[in-house]
Amino acid sequence: MQTFPCPFCGPRDETEFHFAVEADHPRPENTPSDVEWAAYLYTVDAPQGPAREIWLHIPCGEYFVMSRNTRTRDVTGSEALR
Amino acid sequence: MKYSAVTLAREAVRGQRGWRPAWVKAKPKDAYDAIIVGGGGHGLATAYCLAKTHGLTRVAVLEKGWIGGGNTGRNTTVIRSNYFYPESVALYDLALRLYEGLSKELNYNIMLSQRGMLIAAHTPAQMEICNRIANAMQLNGVDGRLMEAEEAAAKVPLANQGAQARYKLMGGIWQGRAGVARHDAVAWGYARAASALGVDIIEGCEVSDIRVEAGRVTGVETDLGPIRTNRLGLAAAGATPGLAAKVGVRLPIHTYALQAFVSEPIKPILNTVLLYLGTGTYLSQSDKGELVIGGGLDRVPTHGQKGNLPAQEEVLSGLLEMFPSFGQLKLLRQWGGVVDVVPDSSPILGPAGPDGLYLNCGWGTGGFKAIPAGGTLLAHMLATGAHHPISKPFDLDRFRTGRLIDEAAGSGIAH
Ligand SMILES: Cc1cc2nc3c(=O)[nH]c(=O)nc-3n(C[C@H](O)[C@H](O)[C@H](O)COP(=O)(O)OP(=O)(O)OC[C@H]3O[C@@H](n4cnc5c(N)ncnc54)[C@H](O)[C@@H]3O)c2cc1C
Ligand SMILES: [Zn+2]
Repeated sequence: MQTFPCPFCGPRDETEFHFAVEADHPRPENTPSDVEWAAYLYTVDAPQGPAREIWLHIPCGEYFVMSRNTRTRDVTGSEALR
Repeated sequence: MKYSAVTLAREAVRGQRGWRPAWVKAKPKDAYDAIIVGGGGHGLATAYCLAKTHGLTRVAVLEKGWIGGGNTGRNTTVIRSNYFYPESVALYDLALRLYEGLSKELNYNIMLSQRGMLIAAHTPAQMEICNRIANAMQLNGVDGRLMEAEEAAAKVPLANQGAQARYKLMGGIWQGRAGVARHDAVAWGYARAASALGVDIIEGCEVSDIRVEAGRVTGVETDLGPIRTNRLGLAAAGATPGLAAKVGVRLPIHTYALQAFVSEPIKPILNTVLLYLGTGTYLSQSDKGELVIGGGLDRVPTHGQKGNLPAQEEVLSGLLEMFPSFGQLKLLRQWGGVVDVVPDSSPILGPAGPDGLYLNCGWGTGGFKAIPAGGTLLAHMLATGAHHPISKPFDLDRFRTGRLIDEAAGSGIAH
């Protein structure tokens, strides 16, 4: 069992967390084309190695950015989104 | 060498010294008419179909490890076509029909066992969903029907039906043509048949980059050197997004680990494939007597081929809820594979990026059952440069048009 760090509650069991989306995909500005909009909605990088992802800590309801390695599963950081 | 009763008898007499390797361990040539990245079932089937159906034999399959070492050799081998949307049924039933003739086609016993599959429901709401899927299957012309509690219970005699049962059988969907096949045999059978037609199966060859000139694919970079080609098929499961990204194509594919478990062998107790909607756990019994058990995805995106403990706990506690008598069983093996999951739980088949590049990926948790169709369709696209009618709805463009084929919502089944 792995522990993940919630910036608000501290280290907690991984089952308390839910993966939301990859971080750092800004919403397109103005009027995006349907290609740009679809890319924003659906495409991901799914990096092999270091990744920045938005997770939800279900008990406290906060979203935050977790830095992880997708090969080794090591967690390297966790920062609040607000 | 053709496998037959005659060859078996001859080799028995000659001390088994005449057997030859099933496929040639090829070295890369400078150039090919088509290259396929990924020696899983889909890549190997594609190469076979290119040679067999389209007469293209200057073809190579590049596999970074050993063939079938990806998800094709890691899955729980369930084959079925009980999907919801007509597009999906066309795809998966094509695969099932091809599977039905595959041992003969390849002259290789893939041990297809159409023992039937029960998707078990436990609540009136689940029964309604089952009814809806059974209706959809019948409208799509595929065998499938609603099964009432009594008949369903008779299919799985050891299932927990006591007063304490958390999930009592209320009935379910039955597909009689569903079943299992030997996964390694599917990879090896296609490899052997493709190799016999002149295809180069190159193991231990990792593709690191894709070359493009004037908007057209011109080759790949590998750890065994560059290889030229104008037609490139990517069938590398969870590694496909990373390869496509080399030519600026970003895909809607998340990668998760999916786990499987095998128990010690026991006497025959289950002669169908069973999926419990209540717990999400599913299982079948192998010819050796082992129980082959699976369930849902790990919920942590990963590229490491191993699973996490919470998913194991969920699958195994689900198993014990279904069959309390399995509490004494020992597990022999457990493993994970990295599966390529698309938001609508349907695969991606079609051209992408530079001319000459085609994708066959996004099979997620359920692409073993699709291998003969995936190979047929990718080969068709590589050979003709155009979609097959069955692959067209699965084009990447569906994310732009919004014409998703949402099987997660439609059939509500993970695999
Ligand atoms: C535990 C588990 C249970 C499953 N159960 C079922 C089931 O019951 N029924 C079902 O239908 N499906 C099931 N699946 C899904 C099924 O296994 C896959 O969808 C299917 O095998 C995908 O086949 P493929 O040929 O696309 O990929 P793979 O078999 O994964 O082949 C891709 C190959 O590409 C190679 N590769 C990757 N990168 C490179 C590179 N850069 N260069 C060269 N080669 C590369 C890999 O080494 C790999 O061999 C399950 C999967 C898992 C993990
Ligand atoms: Zn918290």
